[in-house]
Amino acid sequence: MTHGTNRTRTVNAEGIARVEGEGSLRVVVHDGTVSEVSLDIFEPPRYFEAMLVGRHFSEAPDITARICGICPVAYQLTACAAMEDATGIVVSDRVQLLRRLLYCGEWIQSHALHVYLLHAPDFLNCQDAVELAERDPRVIERGLALKRTGNLVMETVGGRAVHPVNVRVGGFYSAPEPAAIAALAGPLERALDAALATVDWVAGFDFPEVTSSYRFVALRQDGRYAIDAGRPRSSDGLDVTPGHFAELSVEEHVARSTALHARLDGRSYLTGPLARYALNVHLFPEVVRHAARAAGLGETCVNPFQSIVIRALEIAFACDEALRLVAQYEPPVPAADVVIARAGVGTGVTEAPRGLLLHQYEIDADGNIVRARIMPPTSQNQLTIEEDLRRVVEGGLDLDDDNLQWRCEQAVRNHDPCISCAAHFLDLQVVHS
Amino acid sequence: MSVDTVVPPTLAVWKFASCDGCQLSLLDLEPELLAITRAVRVAHFTEMSRAHVEGPYDISLVEGSITTDDDVARILEVRAQSHYLVTIGACAATGGVQALRNFAAPGAFRAMVYAHPEYIRALDSSTPVSAHVAVDYELRGCPIDRFQLLEVILALLAHRRPIVATHSVCQECKARGTVCLAVSGEIACLGPVTRAGCNALCPSIGRGCFGCFGPSEGANVDSLMEWLHSRGHDDVTLARLLQTFNAAAPAFHDGAMNLVATRVTLGTTSRTRKERA
Repeated sequence: MTHGTNRTRTVNAEGIARVEGEGSLRVVVHDGTVSEVSLDIFEPPRYFEAMLVGRHFSEAPDITARICGICPVAYQLTACAAMEDATGIVVSDRVQLLRRLLYCGEWIQSHALHVYLLHAPDFLNCQDAVELAERDPRVIERGLALKRTGNLVMETVGGRAVHPVNVRVGGFYSAPEPAAIAALAGPLERALDAALATVDWVAGFDFPEVTSSYRFVALRQDGRYAIDAGRPRSSDGLDVTPGHFAELSVEEHVARSTALHARLDGRSYLTGPLARYALNVHLFPEVVRHAARAAGLGETCVNPFQSIVIRALEIAFACDEALRLVAQYEPPVPAADVVIARAGVGTGVTEAPRGLLLHQYEIDADGNIVRARIMPPTSQNQLTIEEDLRRVVEGGLDLDDDNLQWRCEQAVRNHDPCISCAAHFLDLQVVHS
Repeated sequence: MSVDTVVPPTLAVWKFASCDGCQLSLLDLEPELLAITRAVRVAHFTEMSRAHVEGPYDISLVEGSITTDDDVARILEVRAQSHYLVTIGACAATGGVQALRNFAAPGAFRAMVYAHPEYIRALDSSTPVSAHVAVDYELRGCPIDRFQLLEVILALLAHRRPIVATHSVCQECKARGTVCLAVSGEIACLGPVTRAGCNALCPSIGRGCFGCFGPSEGANVDSLMEWLHSRGHDDVTLARLLQTFNAAAPAFHDGAMNLVATRVTLGTTSRTRKERA
């Protein structure tokens, strides 16, 4: 990060920390006006859409899981949804509920990681959670215990926490024993208490006053806060099928990024916790709505720095929901439906912890993948993150270079971007010219 | 030297082409994580911290495979700065799932994913860290097992060799008493040729091993393929089994190439790719 001439200020952040993957941030300020903001993703491309071509449809969940070690369940279950759409399978309610339980585990694990280890240190002026732990070990221990509970749910349903092995198109390889699922109730009850304590803790942070007029997109499901399925809806009235959404969202390839930039009807939009909260808060259970009110939140939240509060609320929701699913668990019999290949196109959408994830596949009559499209949350959110950065820089020109850089990094971390997924992320470069 | 003057050893974590899952396994050590951060000084770990301490480093953990010119230069620098260089995961040990590009025509994958392939600076192959620098220890797995990672860190802090099994998943099944799926269930299983470490997780839930931990020591892949073929599994299915997260590991690569179907499939696949390009 360097100062240029008096009229020109240059800030560079290379290798943005506490995000999953590699990226950099570049901001150009000219005569006190922000003229350019770009979030450059230089995570090396891994070409998943290409390596899937010629593979069997049944392989997509395990191969696409390797896109992201933080949210493998999102990839697995979205791939399953797309393949089931292509082959005309509707899985049993029991399978779908067990998938939702597995997904709750991932939300708890991923959100606890982000809230405690990646995001909270920013608000407490710490370089990392280790420094935070030196100051307040009990807080970090609470976060790690929450994360452990998420992992425990994933291990119990999926076999392991990173790249679970039990998910298959049509259902599961085997249904967990009822006793193993019932044993999750104790840890989840303690986790729900810890999650509500987390909401209180993060609601007390000092938040920069930034508001944005976001165009939110999230899935909507009847009667429940969408995680594992739903119809894409937007805050400006869009309500479409997953297939139609895939047509409307166009990804563009720009020179500075290995992640594609998505636009919906030609405009930027935001998916993730803020979007889900704005569109679906009425579907939270009362215990979580009460916690939201106590945290001072209204029906929507448009300060991206407060996304940490929404994530904490979503942890509480996922614990409460998992408890409900554990209480009513009945093993699916059979554990998986038989899936017979047929030529066709299928689209799957789910709510990954970071936002809406879309998979679309075309398969041939033998079940081989002919074409694959994967649209991760970070490529959908990238343009909006850049718009946020512009506002943060404009509002923070009085900050010194180090603090402006930190504020910018924070503006990026607000959206928990997963660069591994999107390059498909971060290093801040602010050029004052 | 008195205890209070001992400088804690430094630990650095580096990421190359990967999914972050193996680094996450370090954070997944939840109860042990804070003890580790008290025993070592975390000098570089971008996923966890903004702080960066200049090298040299006592222990470097390297995740990911080498896929760009910048990666090649960076891994040389990491090696030069590290006393112990330990790779974590299938990507760093064998090239990972992204090594599937090594089987395709040069540039073909890039052209399939990106509208402007000319914007992308990446090598046509994904290679293991050991293809570029000397590696002191390779921890296998897609993902690694977090307890094996803990054992490796403890061993290096004590300057001893890690105690990590190199035998096969097949033996883990026998040890835990899982009935053989390949013999009794007509399920294609890579357990006899895949390195232990997962405690035979997949067979325990009725799923054949799909080779996450890569080849075991002395794996006889051709023999297993021949036997599975004789049990009615077709070559295409068997080749696909070998061509996932450790596709470029020599034993799995050669095993796949020795299956007639692989050569046919790759030929067909290349044509399809060319047509699409």
